[in-house]
Amino acid sequence: MNRLYEVMFIVRPDVVDEDVDKLVAGFEATVTGSGGKVEKIDRLGKRRLAYMIARFLDGNYVLLTVSGSGEMVHELERRLRVSEPVMKFLTVRIDEEQKRLDKVKKIRASRVKRTPAPMAAPAAAPAAEPTPTENTPTTA
Amino acid sequence: MADEVKTQTAAPATETTRETPAATPAASTPSAPATGGGYPRRDARPGPGGPRGERRPGGPGGPRGDRKFFRRKKVCKFCVEKIDAIDYKDVGLLRQFVAERGKIVPRRLTGVCTPHQRRLSAAIKQARNIALLPFQAHF
Repeated sequence: MNRLYEVMFIVRPDVVDEDVDKLVAGFEATVTGSGGKVEKIDRLGKRRLAYMIARFLDGNYVLLTVSGSGEMVHELERRLRVSEPVMKFLTVRIDEEQKRLDKVKKIRASRVKRTPAPMAAPAAAPAAEPTPTENTPTTA
Repeated sequence: MADEVKTQTAAPATETTRETPAATPAASTPSAPATGGGYPRRDARPGPGGPRGERRPGGPGGPRGDRKFFRRKKVCKFCVEKIDAIDYKDVGLLRQFVAERGKIVPRRLTGVCTPHQRRLSAAIKQARNIALLPFQAHF
């Protein structure tokens, strides 16, 4: 069973970059150790927080996209909770959402679109040859 | 039947007009039992508020009459621009639906449709939790 999760966490701003790297590497090891896979790591960098957390006004945002089971997430969250430099974390399950989005995209790709949407248009053009205008009559 | 109809439409105007169909009591009594046992003509009056007028669209409604309920024809931004995924990370987009104080703006003001408002609300709450949006903005 492979679920897709997005884990976003905030690291204290007074932690140096290499320590952040070490932290992230540690979490990666946790994920792979529990039989998951790290799909993507995004460093959103230092950002101003909307409210004070642990008396800090800035934070280092890191976004991990991982795939794995629920136990893996459980273990990862436990590590996040325990690690001192991590102030806050948020885990969102995104595989159901991805499925829905893919379905919507597929439905759209099979139709000819009038207004060029940023994502669907380039995907629709090569994917499905423009069928003779089977336009859904929508009001302008 | 015409006298019953007349009684119904006359009643909301003024209550005293219950007496007006003076010519009709003879004619209406045979038909009155159809409405209800007790009072011959009192029951023909509809209950408070019911079909008295059409349901009034609250707030800045247009003139009463046969107006539709969507008086301002505000469109859902997500439906129009075909934005599928409302991401909690997309603070710029979310901020448009958040008031100055940080509150989520109701959909009757923004015109967002219900499914999108639900997703938007969930995304805003996620963003608040990860400090991308404030719970309460003080300014």
